[in-house]
Amino acid sequence: MNFSEVFKQSNQLCKVSPDGKYLATCVQYRLVVRDVSTLQIMHLYTCLDQISHMEWSSDSLFILCAMYKRGLVQVWSLEQPDWHCKIDEGSIGLVSSRWSPDGRHILNTTEFHLRITVWSLCTKAVSYIKYPKACQKGIDFSRDGSYMALAERRDCKDFVSIFVCDDWHLLRHFETETQDLAGLEWSPNGCVLAVWDSCLEYKVLLYSLDGRLLSTYSAYEWSLGVKSVSWSPSSQFLAIGSYDEKVRIINHITWKKIAQFEHPATVESTKTVYKEVERRPAVGTDEMSLHNITTGSTLFNTQSKYEICSLPVQIPVVKPDPDRANPKIGVSVLAFSSDNHYLATKNDNMASAVWVWNMQKMSLEAVLEQTSAVRCFQWDPRHPRLALCTGNTKLYLWSPGGCVAVQVPTEGNFLGPKLNYIVLRYRKGAELQ
Amino acid sequence: MGEWWTTEASMENCEISSISHVTMSPSRQNNFVSSYLFPLAKSSYSVISAFCTEDNVLQCISYINQELASLGLCSTYIEATSPEGTGLNAVPALNAIYELLQIHRRTMSTVEALEKEQLKKSSTMELMQTSNTRLKDQLELSIREKSGLHEMERQLQLKIKTLQSCLKTEKDEVQKLQSIIASRASQYSHDAKRKEREAAKLKERLSQLLVDRKDKKLAIDVLNCLGRSDGKRGHWKTAKATASHEGEMYKSLLSDYEASQKSLMLENAELKKVLQQMKKEMIHILSPCSSSGRGATADDSQEQHHDSDGEEKMGDTSRETLDQSCEHAREQLTNSIRQQWRKLRNHVEKLDSQVSQVQNQLESNKEMIPLETHEDEMERMRCEVQQCKEFIHAQQQLLQQQLNTSFDDETAALLNDCYTLEEKERLKEEWKLFEEQKRNFERERKNFTEAAIRLGREKKAFEEDRASWLKNQFLNMTPFTDRRRCSSSDGHSALSVRSEPEIRMSSVKAQLAKSSTYTTFSTPRSSQSGAVPSTPELYRTLRLIPESSSSRHSNRGLWQECSTIEDGDNQLKV
Repeated sequence: MNFSEVFKQSNQLCKVSPDGKYLATCVQYRLVVRDVSTLQIMHLYTCLDQISHMEWSSDSLFILCAMYKRGLVQVWSLEQPDWHCKIDEGSIGLVSSRWSPDGRHILNTTEFHLRITVWSLCTKAVSYIKYPKACQKGIDFSRDGSYMALAERRDCKDFVSIFVCDDWHLLRHFETETQDLAGLEWSPNGCVLAVWDSCLEYKVLLYSLDGRLLSTYSAYEWSLGVKSVSWSPSSQFLAIGSYDEKVRIINHITWKKIAQFEHPATVESTKTVYKEVERRPAVGTDEMSLHNITTGSTLFNTQSKYEICSLPVQIPVVKPDPDRANPKIGVSVLAFSSDNHYLATKNDNMASAVWVWNMQKMSLEAVLEQTSAVRCFQWDPRHPRLALCTGNTKLYLWSPGGCVAVQVPTEGNFLGPKLNYIVLRYRKGAELQ
Repeated sequence: MGEWWTTEASMENCEISSISHVTMSPSRQNNFVSSYLFPLAKSSYSVISAFCTEDNVLQCISYINQELASLGLCSTYIEATSPEGTGLNAVPALNAIYELLQIHRRTMSTVEALEKEQLKKSSTMELMQTSNTRLKDQLELSIREKSGLHEMERQLQLKIKTLQSCLKTEKDEVQKLQSIIASRASQYSHDAKRKEREAAKLKERLSQLLVDRKDKKLAIDVLNCLGRSDGKRGHWKTAKATASHEGEMYKSLLSDYEASQKSLMLENAELKKVLQQMKKEMIHILSPCSSSGRGATADDSQEQHHDSDGEEKMGDTSRETLDQSCEHAREQLTNSIRQQWRKLRNHVEKLDSQVSQVQNQLESNKEMIPLETHEDEMERMRCEVQQCKEFIHAQQQLLQQQLNTSFDDETAALLNDCYTLEEKERLKEEWKLFEEQKRNFERERKNFTEAAIRLGREKKAFEEDRASWLKNQFLNMTPFTDRRRCSSSDGHSALSVRSEPEIRMSSVKAQLAKSSTYTTFSTPRSSQSGAVPSTPELYRTLRLIPESSSSRHSNRGLWQECSTIEDGDNQLKV
């Protein structure tokens, strides 16, 4: 595995272009675009204020830089560096900004979620969408980019509007049977929309593209409900992670539960349990020079490797504070591998463990136990390979063949909370921090 | 008082009389005393006078004095006036009497007192007894009450326990609900606080805006407009566009449904195919088993019926493939599968029982012979195959060796090639030979089966002939036939001569002569010698015993025939 040198970046704004050719990083108010293979700076843009959010357009030709404090959005072009575009939301403020799937429209959500303004870069036209809902995931584009689903709330009732992204024509507008809609997500085939309620009620509704209610799923009532939802890439399964530390898999034919994955504190039946074991290298006194200490490379770097533990294994559990809202318990992260074979989950009260489930056998494949809490993990878009990081200087990789911990060469302490996985043709994916 | 006196008097009398009785009896005569016991009512004087007479006054006086002394009245002695003693000194006597009266009064009073006491005591005792019984009753009652109360207490305890457990469960549930409520409440409060903060911000902003009044117009400043991502021109929003959008949406939905339906149909078709395959195989398994089975005829007929049923089902399959989505066809298929499976299961069970039966029947090993030879052949073939395999192995090893040893020498390589080629050729030839032998064996096997079939037919013909011959014999029972038979028997005098079985022999020979014509094809040796001498040859080869052949045209004889034919075949082959 090759690692590049460390680049400065702020706000964790560092993204590879969708076509995998360029890497864009933000440093304060500057936008730096590099070539991925040579890492040479191709373009350098300066924005008017500190960049809060940066996003590539889907055709990798434009980059959007949003400055929420000033209410400004600036768009830069890679082909024509002289081209500029500035969108000023004025006094209404800006809370979030994103591209449309065709890469020619920008959707700005104003402060207090008063409205969504759709700016067209082709015609300079403006459209407004009223009453968008401020929730966990209120807006979602279908994978082929033809439809957009938007959650709305008026008169204390939840609605979903489906827009055609071509001309922002409102295709369907229907009320949902939710108490307080928390999120919506298109299935990868674009025909089913999953809508789920807030954690106070366990309810997942499935709507067809034309707005008909296909099915409702509710596992239990009264206790805290859905925490996370994820579709499998083939649209065959819908995984629902809830506060009761279980993942329920719904199938696309009957929309009924076909499997339930539990996260017990004592793991008894799984293929393997990988436990990260840290080993501090012994440092001799003559190595303890000032230079070494200041660089900190040898002193604080610990080697770690994976050990296979024999079952049953106890996983450390941290009991959450019962009085606080949004307790740290339950399955908060779900990710399917690109070939549909595996599902990776994380249970919040066992924050240092990642569970990998085999979707063909519907059983637990592996449990990865780390020394500290797992910050994030992501699957390789091509192969069944999971990369995860826990906030230290190591990168951990799991594949069905085994597990490996890789030291990332950095100076000093380093927090790596995000991973972006892009495949560069048939070369191994480039990992970035 | 009066009563007291009378009683006292009577008592006195009684006492006195008793005293006199007591004192008198040892010293005086009995009849003397007893005569004076009865007249009690009379004056006491008469009694006393009986005690004391004029004669014994002094004695009486002394006696009385003694008595008085014994009573403790020493001071009042009675004195006699004169020594002869008929008179008494009145004063001491009166004193004595007075004393005695006093004593008597005292004793009477004590008696009274005692009697009173006794009465009192008896009454108290009665009282006590009654109270005792009463208390006993009370005690019993109270004991019963106590047991009743115990019982009630126990029941109440049980009730308490159940209620306590109910209470516990209710408490647990309440706690759970409370925790849920608490979490929900915290969630609600959190949300409410968030909303409140947002509202506050809104209010602030609103106030700010009202104050500012400098509306910064929202605008977009673009250097130049971009082209659309797909390169086409933008369209106007028309009703046609909306309709086309709707159409697009429905198209995509339909295509998705069609795709899923197609995959489901494919899956369905595959599963149906598998089921039908299973069904066919089951029918196939059932039908040949039935024909070769040695069950009763009833079984055969039953299985034939199944076969016909199976045939019917086969016909149905074509129909089934046509209307795949038909509910009825699906049900039919599953039902037929179930039926066939049931039949198969029954058949397997039957076979199991039959196998156990066969193992008991050791005599009827008719099928062993052909099986044995079959297996011999198989063994031989296996040995040959093994040999060939070993040969191939050896060749391979040699090849490897040769390849490994001479690597750089080209000519050596060429030579190796040649050698390997030669070996390959040889191997091919061996394989050909082996194949040929295998084919031959197959042919032989086929021939053998054909021969078996033909033999069966021959047997039948033989039977018919014999029957006809016997009929002839029976019908032609005339005295002239003896001569005919004798003449025929003379011809065959070469064979063993017996008086009785001679006739039989001749008949058998005639039969055999006939049968030999049928068997000439398979026993060339017999055909060579001609019709007449072939019979003894046949005789010997067939190892037929005269009695057995005539009496039992049984399977054994014929099967022996079979075996000899087989031997002949084997000999031929080798």
